[in-house]
Amino acid sequence: MEFSELIRTGRAQAQLLRGPEAPPLRGTLCVTGHHLLLSPGPQSTPDLWLLLLRNVDSIEKRVAGDSGTITLRCKDLRVLQLEIEGVEATLDIARSIEALSSLESVITSFPFFYRPKGLRLGDAWHFHPPERYYKRVARETDAWRLSEVNEDFSLCPSYPRAVIVPRAVDDDALARSARFRQGGRFPVLSYSHSPSGTVLLRSSQPLTGPQKRRCAEDEELLRAVLAGARPGARGFILDTRSAQAAKQARMTGGGTEAKAAYPGWKRLHRPLERGRPLQESFVRLVEACGDPEQSMDRWLSRLEGCRWLAHVKEALSTACLAAQAMEREGACILVHGAEGTDSTLLVTSLAQLILDPMSRTMAGFQELIEREWIQAGHPFQLRCAHSAFSHARPKHEAPTFLLFLDCVWQLGRQFPLSLEFGEGLLLALFEHAYASPFGTFLCNSEKERCLCEVRTRTHSLWSGLNQPKEQRKLQNPLYVLNPLAIWPSVEPQSLRLWQGLFLRWTHPPEPAEVAWEKVWQIVTGKEETEASQPTASA
Amino acid sequence: MEHIRTTKVEQVKLLDRFSTNNKSLTGTLYLTATHLLFIDSHQKETWILHHHIASVEKLALTTAGCPLVIQCKNFRIVHFIVPRERDCHDIYNSLLQLSKQAKYEDLYAFSYNPKQNDSERLQGWQLIDLAEEYKRMGVPNSHWQLSDANREYKAAICRCSQPLSGFSARCLEDEHLLQAISKANPVNRYMYVIDTRPKLNAMANRAAGKGYENEDNYSNIRFQFVGIENIHVMRSSLQKLLEVSGTKGLSVNDFYSGLESSGWLRHIKAVMDAAIFLAKAIMVENASVLVHCSDGWDRTSQVCSLGSLLLDSYYRTIKGFMVLIEKDWISFGHKFSERCGHLDGDPKEVSPVFTQFLECVWHLTEQFPQAFEFNEEFLLQIHEHIHSCQFGNFLGNCQKEREELKLKEKTYSLWPFLLEDQKKYLNPLYSSKSQRFTVLEPNTVSFNFKFWRNMYHQFDRTLHPRQSVFNIIMNMNEQNKQLQKDIQDLESKIKQRKNKQTDGVLTKELLHSVCPESPTLKTSLCFKEQTLLPVNDALRTIEGSSPADNRYSEYAEEFSKPEPAVVSLEYGVARMTC
Repeated sequence: MEFSELIRTGRAQAQLLRGPEAPPLRGTLCVTGHHLLLSPGPQSTPDLWLLLLRNVDSIEKRVAGDSGTITLRCKDLRVLQLEIEGVEATLDIARSIEALSSLESVITSFPFFYRPKGLRLGDAWHFHPPERYYKRVARETDAWRLSEVNEDFSLCPSYPRAVIVPRAVDDDALARSARFRQGGRFPVLSYSHSPSGTVLLRSSQPLTGPQKRRCAEDEELLRAVLAGARPGARGFILDTRSAQAAKQARMTGGGTEAKAAYPGWKRLHRPLERGRPLQESFVRLVEACGDPEQSMDRWLSRLEGCRWLAHVKEALSTACLAAQAMEREGACILVHGAEGTDSTLLVTSLAQLILDPMSRTMAGFQELIEREWIQAGHPFQLRCAHSAFSHARPKHEAPTFLLFLDCVWQLGRQFPLSLEFGEGLLLALFEHAYASPFGTFLCNSEKERCLCEVRTRTHSLWSGLNQPKEQRKLQNPLYVLNPLAIWPSVEPQSLRLWQGLFLRWTHPPEPAEVAWEKVWQIVTGKEETEASQPTASA
Repeated sequence: MEHIRTTKVEQVKLLDRFSTNNKSLTGTLYLTATHLLFIDSHQKETWILHHHIASVEKLALTTAGCPLVIQCKNFRIVHFIVPRERDCHDIYNSLLQLSKQAKYEDLYAFSYNPKQNDSERLQGWQLIDLAEEYKRMGVPNSHWQLSDANREYKAAICRCSQPLSGFSARCLEDEHLLQAISKANPVNRYMYVIDTRPKLNAMANRAAGKGYENEDNYSNIRFQFVGIENIHVMRSSLQKLLEVSGTKGLSVNDFYSGLESSGWLRHIKAVMDAAIFLAKAIMVENASVLVHCSDGWDRTSQVCSLGSLLLDSYYRTIKGFMVLIEKDWISFGHKFSERCGHLDGDPKEVSPVFTQFLECVWHLTEQFPQAFEFNEEFLLQIHEHIHSCQFGNFLGNCQKEREELKLKEKTYSLWPFLLEDQKKYLNPLYSSKSQRFTVLEPNTVSFNFKFWRNMYHQFDRTLHPRQSVFNIIMNMNEQNKQLQKDIQDLESKIKQRKNKQTDGVLTKELLHSVCPESPTLKTSLCFKEQTLLPVNDALRTIEGSSPADNRYSEYAEEFSKPEPAVVSLEYGVARMTC
């Protein structure tokens, strides 16, 4: 397919309005295969203004007289307005943007063409989290092994090639357990908490169906988990659906573990919102945040009505429950909902942040995201196809990953010294998950990424982010290693709207940013030193 | 003390306010002439000043004992269970008596003795001098004799009460006074008159022979209502807010719908908007402004003081803020004793007007983190003392009453004590240079108003962030300053040596020889090791926190295993002192 077929007008004169804070830009507007460019006239600054077309979530056009206006609502929640000379040009440009921003083909997307200076293709793709993480686990316990049973992705298309499983269970048994779980997602190790000798596992729902089928190998697997944990450990199966929803799932072939079949394991139900209701919650919150004129009462009632903070609270408290069961009760935990690719990952990754100081470092957090989200098969392509502005009927979209980032932000607010990364990294991850020049968040699973050769043909986001010039934006200057578990308060009075994200463009908190810069200065001790220190005589 | 029957009760339980499964601490309750004291089994002390008690309630007897619920004016709520009903009854009666005094002379301030002599006390009272303040503002000048003006602008903020106009009454002298005010401003010929009430209320007042200025009778005035509700609305609004935020097992949705229906943040925004209107009139139009409400001591004080805070950076310093409170609140007759319920009086006169002012200031500090010399702790501390009756500043309802009480001879002033502890109240991010002459222009979109958790849940530690950015920055700042000083000392030493030695090559060697014996360097190294580590330790005590503090632990009734009692020490929380 040729992009040129989709580009109706090459260029037009236009003025760009970027909200109340930034000055308008005037110049030549140009649509290319992946970008919208605005090139100011030769007399002004030579800087190009550039927007990745993939970032456009919705587009609105209006013509009046001999000019037109295009409003672009972006996936990163920015709202831009283009005033374009010429009615024809306006319509053509709008159509071109519409067509180009909704292309679904992965291998023609921008990451496959992006070749930034200073980065080598293939850098930072050396992340093989399951393998690397296994080395860490193996140092502490002998109960687990790295299995390559999924080498060709035939057992479970959404798992990576290698997974960590109980040593006592062989690959054949894993294959049978996989057939008993939705999408082949048999229970695998997510995190091993060595201080308590317990583990966190994740999977998808068992396919018990209306006949209440059982699977001996699946039962054996969970038995082996308890046998490999600290002596006398119990297990909890944390189902992220309500008891009723789990029961209903039997009618469609799913279900939940029967008590009698899994001795030592007890089921807990902690319903978490997912799918369309979660997406709608996101949409309604963003809508509410887009109206600065509303009265206090209206704002508070919309904040309540969208339920976003209620979802934050539920996610955090479920993760705390899992973490607490491990740390305080010495119990093993298996988390699953239905497919095991959304709220399951939300819970397992948050529980690790609470318990594991390593995952709170810059490198550890990146590894956590790679291991627990990307390689664990969170379908980014489907979930992040549209953000909060799209008029398209939502199909598979859901801001599960954003909800995770919000929860991490809440943790960071309650433990401002315990995360090595700052809000900047969370914002960057949000943006890149929805539209990125890097390949990291492409596709829905490791299998798809292999087919598309993402590793060899695109740059990794991590190599982009880990460049020294980016660090100041992403790091938390106040970080000190905290070896303890961090237990957040989940009371409504303790949770806050993430203004830095949801109000970032409508309402830039400038004084706060200046203050943050001051914090950096204090921490690095640069402030007075630069100004007042005479050059040392030695 | 005649009110105290029982001074000590053992085996009293202090319930966790938000726990749904009645988690508690056991300890001993002591009753003194001024305080109620609870010492738990970890020797942690909880002191409650009798004057802080807003209400005491004795609930129905349970198998565990007799519950006693105490609500304080600083928003602390404690829930005791006293084993024997008799003891509970005694304490209840004593507290009822002790928390509601009939005479000013029985208030704590008249017995409080911080071991200062009379001249120290007097100095304390002279610390904040309003005559000095008017001089600072540049009045009296050729245009002004007495009132409040702003240094850089010729425009002025004035205040009064509502006119007794009724439907048609006029007062020529009043009209002339207003004309004189607007004439005193050489830049602008018109002036604003801000009535801080909702229009409906002001109109209703006309029927009682009061009301508002008729624009036709006064030349050159622009009249404006800004719609701040009266003290009764504010009182019940706060009450609703506290009911909501005190609910056990509160859901996010109930919290926000409660926050909305209480109207509290709406009222805060109204006060802020009024102050901004005032500041803009002065800043942008250079017009003088006359502010009034009904009586001129509640809403008017809020609006005038906030307006001054926006316009003049001096009031954003620690000392300046004290001056502002003295000027716009104390000396202009805000009825502190009635509004705070210092004495056993009319509960309808109690209203959180000053609390609202502090909350507006807090919102400003959130929006302009570098503009204020003081921090949140300072505001909380002031709030603590408007109710404590420990110092004389806020006693009485007007200047006249205060003089009759001879407060300056019989009580101490709060300000010198706050100044002495100044370090605790400094905002490490304050930037005096860039903010000195700037006028604050806050944005009052609804998003900017948040529930002030640190005020209304000041004593509910489990709801707070577990680590304080503020503390660590404060410490780093101190440390940087110290290191800076060390550098300077060392440099001056090098210079001295250099002057003695003409050979520059030796300097480097010299530097080495200086270091080990230099006392400054030694102290700086010690400083580094000693202050850095304790800071971290101090933080440790809060940071890990315990899952048992939080409600998710209670979701899991399934975790039926009893908790080992020592575990929480592992996280270092149990010993946290506040």
